[in-house]
Amino acid sequence: MTTTRDPITELKLRANAIRQGIIESLVAAGSGHSAGSLDMAEVFAALYFAVLRHDPKNPEWAERDRLLLSAGHICPVRYSAMAEAGYFPREELLTLRKFGTRLQGHPERTLLPGSESTSGPLGEGLAQSGGLALAAKMDRKEWRVYCVVSDAEEQCGLHWEAMLFAAKFQLDNLCCIVDRNFIQIDGSTETVMPLEPLRAKYEAFNWHAIDCDGHDFVALLAAFDEARSTKGKPTVILANTMPGKGVAFMENDFLWHGKPPNREQADEALRELRDDAARLQAVR
Amino acid sequence: MQLAAYLDPAALQQIPTRDGFGQGLVEAARRNENVVAVCADLVESTRMQAFRDAFPERFIEIGVQEQLLVAMSAGLAMAGKVPFVASYAMFCPGRAWEQIRTNMCLNDTNVKVAGAHAGVSVGPDGATHQAIEDIAIMRPIPRLTIVVPCDSVQTKKATLAVAELDGPVYLRFGREKSPVVTTDETPFEIGKAQVFRDGKDVAIVACGIVVYDALIAAERLAREDGLDCLVLNNHTVKPMDAPAILAAARTCGAVVTVEEHQIQGGMGSRVAEILVAEHPVPMEFVGVDDRFGQSGTPAELLAHYGMSADDIRAAVLRAAARKRG
Repeated sequence: MTTTRDPITELKLRANAIRQGIIESLVAAGSGHSAGSLDMAEVFAALYFAVLRHDPKNPEWAERDRLLLSAGHICPVRYSAMAEAGYFPREELLTLRKFGTRLQGHPERTLLPGSESTSGPLGEGLAQSGGLALAAKMDRKEWRVYCVVSDAEEQCGLHWEAMLFAAKFQLDNLCCIVDRNFIQIDGSTETVMPLEPLRAKYEAFNWHAIDCDGHDFVALLAAFDEARSTKGKPTVILANTMPGKGVAFMENDFLWHGKPPNREQADEALRELRDDAARLQAVR
Repeated sequence: MQLAAYLDPAALQQIPTRDGFGQGLVEAARRNENVVAVCADLVESTRMQAFRDAFPERFIEIGVQEQLLVAMSAGLAMAGKVPFVASYAMFCPGRAWEQIRTNMCLNDTNVKVAGAHAGVSVGPDGATHQAIEDIAIMRPIPRLTIVVPCDSVQTKKATLAVAELDGPVYLRFGREKSPVVTTDETPFEIGKAQVFRDGKDVAIVACGIVVYDALIAAERLAREDGLDCLVLNNHTVKPMDAPAILAAARTCGAVVTVEEHQIQGGMGSRVAEILVAEHPVPMEFVGVDDRFGQSGTPAELLAHYGMSADDIRAAVLRAAARKRG
């Protein structure tokens, strides 16, 4: 490894490694959600390697920033990012969804330190994040709360309850990141149950809203900076993403929302990702 | 066990169990600075106003959002708070069941759900507001503790006790004035059922405000029917005090359960599970028999749905007859 590589390229390599971990864990598991996990690789790389205050060796550090994954079904991206950050050995990713694993099919706080909350039933993460953020305010703590939600969670009533709550209590220490990939199990979000204009809805609920390319690290880091400097209201980052991003044959195909690759498909995906990594490593 | 002079009409006090919750909550907050209260637009009804006045910076009003009530409070608990969350039992746990199961219990957070206005004794509000299925939906959830105190004095003690318990809790209480059976000196411990009256013929196992009716029925049975009934205040529905249930069944050889709840899935169902597995005896169940409530006075409704002292007495007589064979 060279020390002269620029920080954005470093983050791209992290995202690439996270994607490889996602593919490896999903093919080992034989079930799980591919598309959303892959398209959040940049967001999780940015969070774990540029944004969060955290300590992988001390996952329960009291002053850490909290990252909740509301969309529990895309936990392969979180697990892979945590392994990449050093929370646990990379080999453990191969235990995903297997009997006795800490890497449950949907995350369980009591089993995996650093996973912050048990999640899976949709629409519940922002409410819990709001409670954490309010507690931080009550105790005058500096730590911030980040919550990653899928766009289909915007169809859950509880999510909108949490939006009202966060605005009432002016939770500017709370940042919600929406995986705006337009897919859900039954098809496009805009045909299943339309969400647009989503940004205007957040703004009408007294949130600060930022649109950004969810695969562009410069844009993502600027968005997280803007969220941190926004006072008096919570911020949502609408991260526009391409489902399946980074694996050509999965990109933009909603059929990959809820299924894993088979061995052959995984090998093809890993070849593509390793080629991408080699190209990035050649950059000086 | 030391009890109030509940048989003396002149000495009998009638106080809503929710008043005990309000007092206990303020005291719990004095003892522990992490105790916070979260309310879904029912401050006065759930008796949180004293807490709000004493600790305004620890009182969180969230409006009519019962799912948020639980999910958000799980977040508070993850940051070290001890949230007491209150609504009508019909709406929480009623509306918030999945948040209670996943965010609160599977997630193992230290949230205390206070279900007010439980039972048909809510009265005139009618069936929509009468939670008589709440114990049934809460009982199967792992990690959860369920407490149904018998009067206002015990509700205060229970509130203090659950504040000190590290884990998710459902505390159930009612709206209307109800007889005070215990005193400040009566002991209370989560998970320990209490023998309020000794006896050898039939054991009456009760929880909630109808414990008083069970005691009244037992007096009448002794006086008029020559039956000596044991009355067990089974306030902790989960984890239930199985040794106390089994001891009562072994002593008496017949059991009657009494609760202001559907018979299906209630406290009595758990008593039956314990007894069938280890020591089956003739059993009768006093509670609501698969019906919805309606408007009326609490006394009218408790009688109409079969939970009066007369109904308990009749159930004891049936159980005694079955015991004799």
